[in-house]
Amino acid sequence: MTRMKNRFLEKIIEAAIFLSGIVAVLIVVLIFIFLFKESFSFFVKENMLAVLLGRNWYPISDPPQFGFLPLMMGSLFVTMGAIVIAVPFGLAAALYISEVAPAWLKDILKTGIELLAAIPSIVLGFIGIVVLAPLIKNFFHLGSGLTALAGSIMLAFMAMPTIVSIIEDAITSVPRSYKQGALALGATHWQTIRRVIIPAAFPGIIAAVMLGIGRVIGETMAVLMITGNAAIMPTTLLQPVRTLTATIAAEMGEVIRGSSHYYSLFGIGLILFIITFVINLIADLVLHRRRING
Amino acid sequence: MVSKLKVDSLNVFYDYCHVLKNVSLEVDANEILGIIGPANSGKTSFLKTLNRMNDFDHTFKMDGNIFLDNKNIFTNMQALALRKRIGMVFALPLSLPLSIFDNVAYGPRLHGQKNKTKLKEIVERGLKASYLWDEVKDRLDTPALNLSGGQQQRLCISRTLAVEPEVILYDEPCSGLDPISTAKVEEAMRQLRKNYTQILVTNNTKQSARVADRTAFFLMGELIEIGLTAKVFTQPDDKRTDDYISGRFG
Amino acid sequence: MGDPKKIQKLMFFLLLLATIIIIVPVVAIFAIILFHGLPALNWGFIFGMPREGMRAGGIFPTIIGTLYLTLGTMAFSLPLGVLAAIYLTEYAAENWLTRLIEISIINLAGIPSIVYGLFGLGLFVMFLNFGASILAGSLTLAIMTLPVIVTASREALITVPKSFREVSYSLGASRWQTVWGVVLPNAIPGILTGTILGLSRAAGETAPILFTVAAFYLPALPRSIFDQAMVLPYHIYVLSTQVPNVPAKIQYGTILVLVLFVFIMNISAAFLRAHFRKRKLW
Repeated sequence: MTRMKNRFLEKIIEAAIFLSGIVAVLIVVLIFIFLFKESFSFFVKENMLAVLLGRNWYPISDPPQFGFLPLMMGSLFVTMGAIVIAVPFGLAAALYISEVAPAWLKDILKTGIELLAAIPSIVLGFIGIVVLAPLIKNFFHLGSGLTALAGSIMLAFMAMPTIVSIIEDAITSVPRSYKQGALALGATHWQTIRRVIIPAAFPGIIAAVMLGIGRVIGETMAVLMITGNAAIMPTTLLQPVRTLTATIAAEMGEVIRGSSHYYSLFGIGLILFIITFVINLIADLVLHRRRING
Repeated sequence: MVSKLKVDSLNVFYDYCHVLKNVSLEVDANEILGIIGPANSGKTSFLKTLNRMNDFDHTFKMDGNIFLDNKNIFTNMQALALRKRIGMVFALPLSLPLSIFDNVAYGPRLHGQKNKTKLKEIVERGLKASYLWDEVKDRLDTPALNLSGGQQQRLCISRTLAVEPEVILYDEPCSGLDPISTAKVEEAMRQLRKNYTQILVTNNTKQSARVADRTAFFLMGELIEIGLTAKVFTQPDDKRTDDYISGRFG
Repeated sequence: MGDPKKIQKLMFFLLLLATIIIIVPVVAIFAIILFHGLPALNWGFIFGMPREGMRAGGIFPTIIGTLYLTLGTMAFSLPLGVLAAIYLTEYAAENWLTRLIEISIINLAGIPSIVYGLFGLGLFVMFLNFGASILAGSLTLAIMTLPVIVTASREALITVPKSFREVSYSLGASRWQTVWGVVLPNAIPGILTGTILGLSRAAGETAPILFTVAAFYLPALPRSIFDQAMVLPYHIYVLSTQVPNVPAKIQYGTILVLVLFVFIMNISAAFLRAHFRKRKLW
């Protein structure tokens, strides 16, 4: 009879295993439903097009104006700035670590990058305020260093572990025979890197850029602390900006629950969710296709 | 006499690759059937089909029937119950990363045996049957992976015996062993004939000649010939059997 | 110019330069934190309550809060993550459902932490009416760490040799008996390492806990999972942007404690991995 009892117990455990297996799907769906449910009436009431294209974010004026455009532009500016800085540096570091550095240095550099990944973003935000912002302020003779540029630099830094490790994986998975073939033809090591390794690792580099963007666009605390938080349409990187993420973090604490302002923040969350969903899907497709072909 | 195992026109496919072609044979109780043949002749696939280890392979397809004591193992029996009755010893000595005692007790515990004294008895009996007892009785709680290859393979036999199967399948059990260990494993098999039906797949034709009562020759998924070992080795019916045994190919 | 050897030398130098530009700030950040933070560290700071509007005294409640939150996160995400990984490696067939689960996990990993915060606010705090509490915060962080734990556990389970499973099945074990008897025990080191790393990320996160658990200031320690808590990362945010004239010593001291908290977890994960790798017998 214990046999029967064990079988029954096993069925229960296996049901739990199956449920846990699909829980990830449920959560993604649930997050979407919640964000959608909380923001739907807002988008209808305020006219979706007016919200997405509105140039004014004055959520507590009377009447309030809920234009997302300055926030989206803020995110775009900071993100583009960060990627423009991070990709060349990340690619260079990945190449140096995987192709050039001697073994002992390789481990040290890799540990350094891992350490960077382990620093909480709130700590980097603080360092940004006390170290980076004054540097930018003095260098460009600004009134305040808390600008889109400060955010871009800090975010480029924060995206580095993601970008370096993915590009490094892509480089190390380039078949050795490619490299040896090129070297055997008399190419220098650098020519081999430029003509053979980088092209072969290209899908990985694209994936790294995509995931880097995903990482940067979703970063909240550091950006909130060092971009100056002005919800205005930015024209240069030397202006203060307010990103989508920082808006939620800064305003959700003081908002009146149930007001249009409250729901507008869920609307911003929905937009962030959709953006990162698409970016991750693309990155996964790039990486997945590579896996199938490789 | 009723045969212990009866295989009736068995066809096996992996991903549309036809690995066993219309194989029919019978195995008597308490005999050792040797199965020989070159690599990729379907020997291991045949063994794995006998105790339904292929169930986990998504690419596996088959038709035909197999009967254990006249009961169809696919339609009339649960896979777990079948594997308890038909045990398997693998090509490499696959000790689990447990102690010697726990390796042998793993099966009985699965099937609900919790009594400590009973487990001790089962472990001792199993280790004695494979002639390992004297070599390990003082260190039953040390890791099994510290044993030599030959000892580990005999441990695996003990582990299979501890479940009290009726049939034991060997998949090239001595492929990595030295001649002395091989001799010990073979001696264990001879002694086990009293209580068990055994099927031995081997790449080493001489091993089949030494221990098997009857020998079957597989080639490219076909059963070419089956008969008393002495006859298959001295006067084979099929030229291909003769060629293989005398080492002209394979 | 034009000599390939010279170009190579120049390019390799530039690659090195870029790498240095990334690594040097990392070292500098640690140096700054240690230099300013170490003088603040003493028993009174670690075990004392905040005083004078958090401009003096200790940060004990924030350490306790972070500890509770980390344990709470583990209580939810570890079992869920491990079971999900078991489903994916031991049970799932190669079909659309498995692919859907994998895509969901990848996307969960990419969702911004502030969106988790919103979700936690909407589902746990408001809809399920847990209020801003350790429970709501732990659940939010648990969902956020789930992808890390699932991925690490999957890798750990996959590295257990297939032959162990075959032996177990050949002895008449069921799928679950095989998982429990031979697969899981051999995967535990990898699972633990991944879990600790995931939790160390969660411990340093601020955005998901802003609206789900973090309190600006509480006069007493939390007494149940339905209480709010002060938490280290949020406290750093408060000290650096919300309260004027906080002595730098207190700010850096708090940062150092959080960094130490996170690093002790990271280092123990690395130690665990090294320890089990040495002992590994197969």
